[in-house]
Amino acid sequence: MARAAVPGRLTWQAATVAATRAETATARTLVLDVDGWTGHVPGQHVDVRLTAPDGYTAYRSYSISSAPGPDWLEVTVQAVTDGEVSPYLVDVAEPGDQLEIRGPLGGWFVRRPADPRPALLIGGGSGVAPLMSMVRAAMNPTRLLYSTRSPSDALFTSDLATARAAGDGLVAVTHVYTRVAPPGWPAPPRRLDADALSRVAWPRDADAVAFVCGPTGFVETVADLLVDIGHDPANIRTERFGPTGG
Amino acid sequence: MAVITRGFGGRRRDDTDLPPGQYRTDDFPVLSAGPTPRIGLDKWELAVVTETGERSTWSWAEFTALPADEPTVDIHCVTHWSKFGTRWRGVSVDTLLADVETAAEYVVAHSYGGYTTNIPLEDLLDGQAWVAYEFDGEPLVPVHGGPARLLIPHLYFWKSAKWLRALELRLDDEPGFWETAGYHNYGDPWREQRYRAD
Repeated sequence: MARAAVPGRLTWQAATVAATRAETATARTLVLDVDGWTGHVPGQHVDVRLTAPDGYTAYRSYSISSAPGPDWLEVTVQAVTDGEVSPYLVDVAEPGDQLEIRGPLGGWFVRRPADPRPALLIGGGSGVAPLMSMVRAAMNPTRLLYSTRSPSDALFTSDLATARAAGDGLVAVTHVYTRVAPPGWPAPPRRLDADALSRVAWPRDADAVAFVCGPTGFVETVADLLVDIGHDPANIRTERFGPTGG
Repeated sequence: MAVITRGFGGRRRDDTDLPPGQYRTDDFPVLSAGPTPRIGLDKWELAVVTETGERSTWSWAEFTALPADEPTVDIHCVTHWSKFGTRWRGVSVDTLLADVETAAEYVVAHSYGGYTTNIPLEDLLDGQAWVAYEFDGEPLVPVHGGPARLLIPHLYFWKSAKWLRALELRLDDEPGFWETAGYHNYGDPWREQRYRAD
């Protein structure tokens, strides 16, 4: 049905929840089967539409966290307190349930896997979701700096360990903990600062591109610090989310 | 045929002023493509440039000495949030264009930082648009586009360019940053013109 749509027009497509994976106590990944899905570019998002039995609908945007592929995708959702959509996706949806998506969307906060430039990905909290898609699809040198309050707030822990351990050495992962560090962690918990960024950032002449995603305050701070340490503002791409969501 | 989502009830509100596909928020989310430009008021300048290249410019002192309006308006973001009753202070675009001779039908707004967006000129006139420099009684903060931003409440908010530097009057339409990245060329929230071909 959706395939008969006008070419180039983004139509709503039915998606079936194929599986779910708990990421943390309050975040979950949903595997969505979408007939005719043609894939995405890492960093893109989808609009999600939920329709209640009486016809009431609600819409939100979620980043795609899986590597590109046909006929399915994954979104990773952090439950927002008092949210309308995210608590449903995190706590209620089960395999077999249906919703609708529209996308893939966004042509700016994207990293094409074949882009030869080294990439610095900096995620705060659930802002790591679109960066995870970039990590999973990486074909060129990629460094991820991931800031969370504590280890138990970190998404994709085992996936990131796997990506880092892959023999190709393309992906390096650095965790930063702002409130609680794991036992034996070499540094006390602290916020990302210019020093920590300088140690992870690519050299100035590397023509690197930076992707920063997270809560507004985090992204503002990190983007400013990157400019301060000499990163070209034109090569910094950002995606912010506020307390609003859900 | 709508797909019904099992177990979804939703949290309804009686918001008849919401355009389709929007939900109401009381926060003020920030969306920008890159780092927030920081522009010193001593270096700030606003320009109107006509299709023949004539420039009118205002320094910060000149701009803020112009007659100002205090519109209270609803704003609608393409990412589905709407914010009701936002209070601004700014200079009407009518005022900025009052002495400008032009045959242009289109405008490209240029921002400090390089962002651009295109708007039909008629959408900026007749009290529909402002260059705003205060929000809620305070100077407009940088994350929301300070020192000054465009304010066009009747279009999706990406048209309300932050960190406004210049309004370029043109005879032809020149799609801007998001308009060339898959978003709608016009962006009417009430017609849900979010993406190209909507």
